[in-house]
Amino acid sequence: MMQLSRMLAVWHRNFLVWRKLAAASMVGNFGDPFLYLLGLGYGLGMYIGEMSGIPYMAFLASGILCSSAMNTATFEATYSVFTRMTQQFTWEGMLATPLSIPDIVAGEMLWAGTKSLIAGTAIFIVAGLLGGIQSWDTAILALPVVLLTGLCFASLGLVVCMLSPSYDFFLYYFTLAVTPMFLFCGVFYPITTLPEPVQMFAQALPLTHAVDLIRPLLTELPLQAAWLHIGVLTAYSAGGYALAVRLARRRLLK
Amino acid sequence: MTNPVVSAKGLYKRFGEHVAVSGVDFDIPAGICFGILGPNGAGKTTLIRMLLGMAPLTSGEYTLFGESAGVAEQRQRVGVVPQMDNLDPDFSVSENLFVYASYFGLSRLQMQGKVNELLSFSELSGRSSSQVANLSGGMRRRLMIARALVNDPDVVVLDEPTTGLDPQARHIIWQRLRELKRSGKTLILTTHYMEEAEQLCDDIMILNQGRIIARGSPRILIGKHVEPEVVELRGEVSQPDVDALLGELNIDYEHVGDSWFCYLDDARPLLERCTGFPKLNFVHRPANLEDVFLKLTGRELSE
Repeated sequence: MMQLSRMLAVWHRNFLVWRKLAAASMVGNFGDPFLYLLGLGYGLGMYIGEMSGIPYMAFLASGILCSSAMNTATFEATYSVFTRMTQQFTWEGMLATPLSIPDIVAGEMLWAGTKSLIAGTAIFIVAGLLGGIQSWDTAILALPVVLLTGLCFASLGLVVCMLSPSYDFFLYYFTLAVTPMFLFCGVFYPITTLPEPVQMFAQALPLTHAVDLIRPLLTELPLQAAWLHIGVLTAYSAGGYALAVRLARRRLLK
Repeated sequence: MTNPVVSAKGLYKRFGEHVAVSGVDFDIPAGICFGILGPNGAGKTTLIRMLLGMAPLTSGEYTLFGESAGVAEQRQRVGVVPQMDNLDPDFSVSENLFVYASYFGLSRLQMQGKVNELLSFSELSGRSSSQVANLSGGMRRRLMIARALVNDPDVVVLDEPTTGLDPQARHIIWQRLRELKRSGKTLILTTHYMEEAEQLCDDIMILNQGRIIARGSPRILIGKHVEPEVVELRGEVSQPDVDALLGELNIDYEHVGDSWFCYLDDARPLLERCTGFPKLNFVHRPANLEDVFLKLTGRELSE
């Protein structure tokens, strides 16, 4: 059983490390979305004008917010966790204390989700400054959804991490799962433009549901089936967590 | 009689086809330094990992503080110095202690005084804010010992605590471990340094291929398994030379590589003969635990 205080000890350890490098990390958090939104939002937006009836900048900003939550959590749960587990033996050290695998996996997952929230908040601010947010009254609700999206991708990344024999293995996951989601889940254009079978497939992917929640919260588009989207993201998170714990046990407790 | 801190009955551990621990029974009473000795692959680390819940048992009983071993709550009372260096490279010396203490639910505020005390115990007071990467091997090991004490444990488990250290660093660590024992803690130590076991342990268990092959205090083991005196022969000599030298003396010896280890109750007759062989190097010394170890586990590499 996972214990809250023990999970938070793991989270806090990662937070303390992050704090040392926070300045550099924040430059990336603000800089990257700023360049994306400026380059694509303004540049491409000039030609595109509106998409789904809203300015392209607003359409894109909400999409980038989702994909950044996915990328941030995925990187943390794969490369960073793998380093702590197999290179620095931080996990091994933790397992010699009252911490157990469920605490450590939960702590790592919450931390990766937190990093998504940090990056997401930066994008939120940049998007606000560049005119990417249309409805300020509901916009703030996007941030908890960013955290949920981060938790969801953290749990999936942890599953991949527990299966991975080496760093190279992550390329499969990025090429076969993360990049397709980035391109086909409605970040840059509505998935309704895709052929029907591809749409069906996209509907099964978590990023689609993150976009379907967050875009209406930031823009004038109507929010539909919110609980379904929340349910899908939560189910992925819970399922991923349970599987990651199982795989971590199999990998480490021999 | 008080209950043992650790107790194993018919303990068995298999990794696929390989049997790492093959039905061992032992008790560890409180307050002693217990040594687990054996060549690489004997099952020492597996015994420790099972005790800490890091490896499930295949069968048998294993208890810690009177309850089945491997429960997270038990580790609240245990300190571990692992074989592999797993200090946190992202933190300074004192931060390593504070962060590790947080895994036991101990806050920075609670630990303030304790951390200073541990830094001085491990002679690292001047290095409190150094990065771990800048410490020497001996300092890192001392920091790992300090880290194992953040929770003021009743039992401290040390898996080869001085492997790879220079003699000075080893002596500092031995001194610290003796201090811990005096303070009433139970130490469980694995090592393949016989000198270390003789220096520190009250009770020793020698493992080979997952079985206990000897058990007792260093003195008892030496008395029981080898003659009190040893003459080591080496130099430009071959087996026929040695046979000629030993002649009818009827001496028990072991041949390893270029050396012959002769075990005797009285070395004088052999030593007299040795002086007659100019090409022979010989050393006369009292028997030690290493002789017991080599004699019992075989002098050839067991891997």
